[in-house]
Amino acid sequence: MSHISPVLWQFLVKWLTNFKLFPPEASKIAPQMDALYFFMVLVSLVGLTLVILLILSFSLLYSKKRHPVATQIEGSTLLEATWTIIPLGLFLVMFVWGALLYFRVYTPPANAMNIYVVGKQWMWKVEHPGGQHEINSLHVPVGRAVQLTLISQDVFHSFSIPAFRVKREAIPGRYTSVWFEATTPGTYHLFCTQYCGTNHSQMIGDVVVMTPDDFRKWLAGSTSGNSLAQNGERLFASLSCNACHNSKPDARGPNLVGVYGSRLTLATGQSVDVDDAYLRNAILNPTQNITQGYTPIMPTYQGQISEEGVFALVEYIKNLQSDYRLQQTLNTTELLPGNEGGTAPAGKTAAGPEEVKQ
Amino acid sequence: MSAVTIVSLPDQATARVPKVNFLTKENGLLSWLLTGDHKRIATLYLISITFFFFIGGALAGLIRLELLTPQSDLMAADTYNKVFSMHGLIMVFFFLVPSVPATIGNFLMPLMVGAKDLALPKINLLSWYLYIIAGAMMLYTMAAGGVDTGWTFTTPLSTHYLNTNVISAGLAVFVAGFSSIFTGLNFIVTIHKMRCPGMTWFRLPLFVWSNYAASILMVLGTPVLAITLVLIVLERTVGIGVFDPAKGGDPLLFQHLFWFYSHPAVYIMILPGMGVISEVVSTFSRKRVFGYTAVAFSSVAIAVFGFFVWAHHMFIMGISNYSALVFSLLTMLVAVPSAIKIFNWSFTLYKGSITFETPMLYAFGFMGLFTIGGMTGVFLGATGTDIHLTETYFIVAHFHFVMVGGMLMAFLAGIHFWWPKWTGRMYPEKISQLAAVVTFIGFNLTFFPQFILGTLGMPRRYAAYPPEFQVLNVFSSAGATILGVGYLLPILYLTWSLKYGEIAGDNPWQATGLEWQTQSPPLTENFAEIPIMDREAYDYEWLERQQQKEVASVG
Repeated sequence: MSHISPVLWQFLVKWLTNFKLFPPEASKIAPQMDALYFFMVLVSLVGLTLVILLILSFSLLYSKKRHPVATQIEGSTLLEATWTIIPLGLFLVMFVWGALLYFRVYTPPANAMNIYVVGKQWMWKVEHPGGQHEINSLHVPVGRAVQLTLISQDVFHSFSIPAFRVKREAIPGRYTSVWFEATTPGTYHLFCTQYCGTNHSQMIGDVVVMTPDDFRKWLAGSTSGNSLAQNGERLFASLSCNACHNSKPDARGPNLVGVYGSRLTLATGQSVDVDDAYLRNAILNPTQNITQGYTPIMPTYQGQISEEGVFALVEYIKNLQSDYRLQQTLNTTELLPGNEGGTAPAGKTAAGPEEVKQ
Repeated sequence: MSAVTIVSLPDQATARVPKVNFLTKENGLLSWLLTGDHKRIATLYLISITFFFFIGGALAGLIRLELLTPQSDLMAADTYNKVFSMHGLIMVFFFLVPSVPATIGNFLMPLMVGAKDLALPKINLLSWYLYIIAGAMMLYTMAAGGVDTGWTFTTPLSTHYLNTNVISAGLAVFVAGFSSIFTGLNFIVTIHKMRCPGMTWFRLPLFVWSNYAASILMVLGTPVLAITLVLIVLERTVGIGVFDPAKGGDPLLFQHLFWFYSHPAVYIMILPGMGVISEVVSTFSRKRVFGYTAVAFSSVAIAVFGFFVWAHHMFIMGISNYSALVFSLLTMLVAVPSAIKIFNWSFTLYKGSITFETPMLYAFGFMGLFTIGGMTGVFLGATGTDIHLTETYFIVAHFHFVMVGGMLMAFLAGIHFWWPKWTGRMYPEKISQLAAVVTFIGFNLTFFPQFILGTLGMPRRYAAYPPEFQVLNVFSSAGATILGVGYLLPILYLTWSLKYGEIAGDNPWQATGLEWQTQSPPLTENFAEIPIMDREAYDYEWLERQQQKEVASVG
C-alpha cells in the first residue's frame, strides 16, 4: 500500500464503499416514477444507438474512398413522416404517463396526515399536528399517506426527498403541497434544491422513516406539551379573534365552526373553497376575503403572525367542528387575559395526532 | 482518419492571400472601431466573445475544483455562489447568445444572401458597442465583488435578500439584450430586403433560415427580459413591489416573465448552431441537405413553439396542475422538430461522399451530444419525471449537453469551417482533429456523470454535498480538465495559422454557398459584382460544371 498515494488510496476506498448509481426507492410513488424513467432511458438509448449507427454505417459505406461521387437525393416524404410520427408518438406516451404521475404526486388523498413545513434561510422547520417541532429533519411513519403543506417565510426554497422522488417548491406568501407514502424504514436525504443564498448547500436534513410503532414512540417522546391546534387556540384567543368570531348570533365575524372544507360566497359574489390557502389569505389579507353579509372591519395580521403561527391557527380552525369547542376557547380566555398560564382546560380536548383526520 | 479529403488548395508556391481584402483595406485602430463592415464587426465580436468565454471557462474551472471534495473547502459558500452565478451570466449572455449569430452569422449573413453588407451597418456597430458596454458593466460587477443571484435572478432572493451587485449585473444583461435585439433586427431586415437577384426564400442556405428563426426570437423575446430586469432594478431601488407578496405582488410572476424570454433564449442559442451543422454536413458529404424544406420549416416551428413552453421551468412551483399539463404537451411538440433535424442530417450522409475534416468531426459530436441533450430534455418536459429530476445535476447535465455539447460544438465546427474564408488561411488539420476528439471525450467525462448525480438527487448550486456523491464529481472534474485542453488547443493553433497556415484560396472545401464563390478573405464589398443565384442551395453538380468550364477555358 505504501506505494499508493494516500489521496488516491482514500479515493479508491471511497469508491468501493460509498458509490451509488441509483437512489433508493422508499416511497410508493418511487417505483412508478422509476418505471417511466427507465422507459425514457430505453427510448433514449434506442434513439441514440440509431443515430450513432446511421452516422457510423453511412460514414463507412459512403466515405469518399468507397463512394467517390455522391448521389443527389432531394428527401423522402415517407421517411420524414416516419421520423416525425414515431418520435411524436413516443413523446406523447411519455407526456401522458408523466402527467398521470404528476397528478398523483400533487393530489393528496383525503385521509393524508398533514404536516406543516416552513422554509427559511437556511433551515426547514417542521410542525407536526401533535405539536412536535423539528428542524432540518422530518419523521414519518411507514405506510401512511403524509401530506406536506409548505410555505417559505423569505425566498423560494424547494423541499426535495430524492428517495421518495418528490419535490415541491416552498414559496413566500402561498401554500404549496405534496404528498408521499413511505415504504421502507431508514434515513434519507432531505435537500433544499432551489438556490436560496449563502448557505443553500447547508439547508439539508434527514427524513427518518419509522415503523408505525417507532413513530408513535417518537411522537410521544418529542411532544412539546401542546398540540398544534392548541397553540392555534391560544393564538386565536391572544389575538382576540374570538371577539368577533364567536359564533354568537350577533357576532361581527363569520362563524368559523365547520368552515374548513365548505364552500363560501364572498362579498364580491365569488365563491371559494375554504382550504388551508384560503384561511391563510383570509387571516393575512382579510379585506379581499370578506364573507358575504359581513362588513370589512377585520384588520390585517400581515407581519404580526409568524408562518408557524398561521399554521397553528389554520390547524385550529380546521379542527373546529362544534360550537362547543369554540365556547371552550372563549371560556378559557375569559379566565386568562394573557396568552400565558397553562391552566389545563384546553388540554382536555387536545387534538392528538390521531384525531387530525378530516 | 482517412487521408481522402476534399480540400483543394491553390499551389502554395505561387498562391498569395489577396492583397486587398476586408482585413487589409484600411489600417489603424480607428478603422476598426468605426467600421461599418459586417466582417470587421464580426471579427470584433469574435475577439470579445472569446475573451468572455475564457473568463466564464476559468470560473467553470473553479467550480469543478471546489466540487472535487464534498466539503466547501476551496472557497467560502458565498464565493462559490458568486462563481457559479458569474459563470452562468457570462456564458449565457456574453458567450452563448452572441456566439454564432453575432460572429459567424454577422460574417456570413450578407455573403450568403449575396449582399454587400447587412441592411443597417451602423446599427450593427452599435450592437457591438452595446455588447462591450454590457461586458464592461459585467466586469465591473465582478471587480466590485460579484453577484450571487444565479444567472436566473430569482426573486425575492435577488430583490430583498442579497447585498451584492445585483443592479449592475441586471443592467449589464439589460444592455446586452439590446445588442442582441439589434443583431436580430438587422438579420431580419437583411434577409427580407437584401437578397441578391434569384435568391428566393427556398434557395437560401439553411444557416440563413435558422438564424432568421433565432432573430425572430431575439426581437420578440429579449424585450420581455429587459422589462423583467428593469422591474428587478426598480424593486431594489424604489421597492415597487411587483414581485413582493408583502405588497400584493407575486414572486411567481417573475418566473413567468423571466422564462418567457429565457426559454426561447435556449433556442436563440441552439438554432444558429443547427444552421452551422446543416452547412457542414452538406459540404462534407457533397450532398444537398436531406429534406431541405423540412429542415427549414423545423427551425421556424422551433421558434414558434419555443414561445409557448416557458412554464415547463415551473412544474414544481405551484402553477396549476392543468397549466402544467398544457405546457408539458407543448414541450413534447417542440421536441419533434429537433428530432426531425437530427434524422435529416443523418440521412444527408446516405449515398454521400463523405470526408472527415475537423468541422465534420465537430458536427458528428454535435449530433450525438445533442441527441442526448434533447432526449434528456424530454425527461424534464414530462411532468412526472420532472418532479424528481428538476433542480438537480440532471438538469445541469441536460443543458450543458445542449449548450456546450450542442452549441459550442457547432460554434467550433463553424469557426473551423469558415476560418479559411475569414482569414484566407487554413488551420492545421491534424491537430484540430485531435482537438475535436479531445473535446468530445472531455465533454462526456465532465457531463455524463452529472446525469447520474442528478438521478441520485444531488441538487444543483451546492458548494458542499454528501460524501457518497464524490466519486462521480471527481470524474466530472477530471473531465473538465480534459475539456479545458480541448478548448485551449484551437486558440493556440488558430492564432498560429493566421501567419503560418496554408493559403486557402477561394473555396478550399468545394462548397456551394455564395460565400465560397468570392475571394478569401472577401473584399469589403464582399463580391466584385452582385452575384445572381441561378440554382438551388447545395447544388454540387452546378459546382462541378462550373469547375469543368474553368478547366476548359484555361485549357
